[in-house]
Amino acid sequence: MDLNKLLKAMLVALPIMAISACSSTSESETDAMGSTNGSGSELNGGIQTGGVGGMLSAEEQQRQQLDDLRKQQIIYFDFDRSEVQTEFAAILEAHGTYLVEHPSVRVLIEGHADERGTPEYNIALGERRAKAVAKYLQGMGVQPSQMSVVSYGEEKPLDFSRTDEGFGKNRRAVLVY
Amino acid sequence: MKILAKWLALAILLCTTPAKAALDIVITEGVDAARPIAVMPFVWQGPGAAPQAIADVVMSDLIRSGTFKPLDELGLPQRNIGALAQFQANAWTSVGAEALVLGTVKPYGPDQYLVNFDLIDLVKAQNQALKGAVSPTEFLMDSRQTVISAAQFRQYGHRISDIVYEKLTGIRGAFLTRISYVVVNHTQKAPYQLMVADYDGVNEQMLLRSPEPLMSPTWSPDGRRLAYVSFENKKAEIFVQDLYTQVRTKVSSFPGINGAPAFSPDGKSLAVTLSKDGQPEIYVIDIATKAIKRITNHYAIDTEPSWYPDGKSLIFTSERGGRPQIYRVELNSGKVNRETFEGEWNLGGSIAPDGRSMIFVNRTNGKFNIARMDLNTRFMQVLTSTRLDESPSVAPNGTMVIYGTTHQGKQVLAAVSTDGRFKARLPVGQGEVKSPSWSPFL
Repeated sequence: MDLNKLLKAMLVALPIMAISACSSTSESETDAMGSTNGSGSELNGGIQTGGVGGMLSAEEQQRQQLDDLRKQQIIYFDFDRSEVQTEFAAILEAHGTYLVEHPSVRVLIEGHADERGTPEYNIALGERRAKAVAKYLQGMGVQPSQMSVVSYGEEKPLDFSRTDEGFGKNRRAVLVY
Repeated sequence: MKILAKWLALAILLCTTPAKAALDIVITEGVDAARPIAVMPFVWQGPGAAPQAIADVVMSDLIRSGTFKPLDELGLPQRNIGALAQFQANAWTSVGAEALVLGTVKPYGPDQYLVNFDLIDLVKAQNQALKGAVSPTEFLMDSRQTVISAAQFRQYGHRISDIVYEKLTGIRGAFLTRISYVVVNHTQKAPYQLMVADYDGVNEQMLLRSPEPLMSPTWSPDGRRLAYVSFENKKAEIFVQDLYTQVRTKVSSFPGINGAPAFSPDGKSLAVTLSKDGQPEIYVIDIATKAIKRITNHYAIDTEPSWYPDGKSLIFTSERGGRPQIYRVELNSGKVNRETFEGEWNLGGSIAPDGRSMIFVNRTNGKFNIARMDLNTRFMQVLTSTRLDESPSVAPNGTMVIYGTTHQGKQVLAAVSTDGRFKARLPVGQGEVKSPSWSPFL
């Protein structure tokens, strides 16, 4: 029971941590004179250094945001659905931009399903999800030759709890470079 | 009383199932409705201890069939008898069982044993005893004598069970059969294992181990080969593997899905799902020539082909009506008919060996359970009440379905009789067990 509660707490806490982590890195990176490593504003013995901002152009800032978004590689889906939800548009935008600018880079899109239904049906569903992502990226100008698709259906779940929350985590497409 | 009976049945099983069994069956429902039968431990007529207890194999087979429940041997009126000649009908008049199995085992040569067994019609014997005229040959239902080696004890036990089962029910026994399944153990480097075992989980053998998923094992009609899906090359491919020679043949490796293989009744072709032309569609592949023929053509998902016993039609799962339902396609005409209408989803179907009913996964109120539909009356019955049921596979005699389910957060195998009365679980110690497939008669 306690483990269950902990899991639930983590489910709420993890995305929040992820969001705050993203925003803080991008801030620290802009603060640090355009250093892409973002190691400028560490705390040392309670002393915090400050910097002068504004060295990045608008385009560079946008690039930074896209690079950060591209670190998110998982798109989640609703039960038995394969449409890309609007909340994941920004992530796919970032991947699409990168792939258009780097035509030699290839990406593997994995499609996954939750454990409900049969394994064979879920393979079909996983492929449809992966293809929905591929189509979205193609709409942005990514070449079909840059993308390949594989469906693992319900064979590689991320979460083994078989709860509604667990099912939600398993219904996904993953972009693998 | 009900609970006591269940515990008793469990206790009998625990005593009779050898410790090496990888899958120990737990009967969860249906013991009360079973028919009482008397099975006498076979009398050992040699020096020292008996090599193996054949009667224990027979007893657990009969329990697992869901049709019979052996009586406690301690309550039987005669003990330590091994043949009809020693059977005294007068002593058995108050025993509430329809038949008695008894036999003897004696050394016959180096690593050879002579096994005798008799099957006695107790009801007839009791009637004759009450009338006062006993002629034993009239109530002897079967009697056989065979020479076996020490390694064949379990196998011959299953053979006796087959004979007893068929004599008493009129249905061929399926005790000399095997099952294949996939074991997944995520703590190991190569988590996916394709296994084969006797139908009762004994003699488990690994056929293939892989770091990537293995799916959908299915038997050839001669019981010699398995077709399955392997992701060993980071994509779905269909292989056929010979169980005896271990020779593997890659049958299908098109772009996209290569899945859901099903041998045709003549064993020469595989019905499969391929997505090479866009959406998942049903195709038939000639195993020898690799020639493929497209069967379905629809923008929705078509998958899970399964053959009619006559080999002239397939059933398959399609989303063409908006949700997964089962359809039938005639291979000659290409004509498609919808078969299922009840419940939210119906998928993963297969036709019972007698061609009269269909077994599939039904989703009602969000719950996935195994169901059976009579193909004449169209009456549908949900058979199971377990969670997240999938991958049903029917025994070759049509009496039992083995399927994958979830118990206490783990994937396990379970069995249910096709009338829904008998239910059992086959738990394992390590990992998750899924995708069971019952062999044909061997």
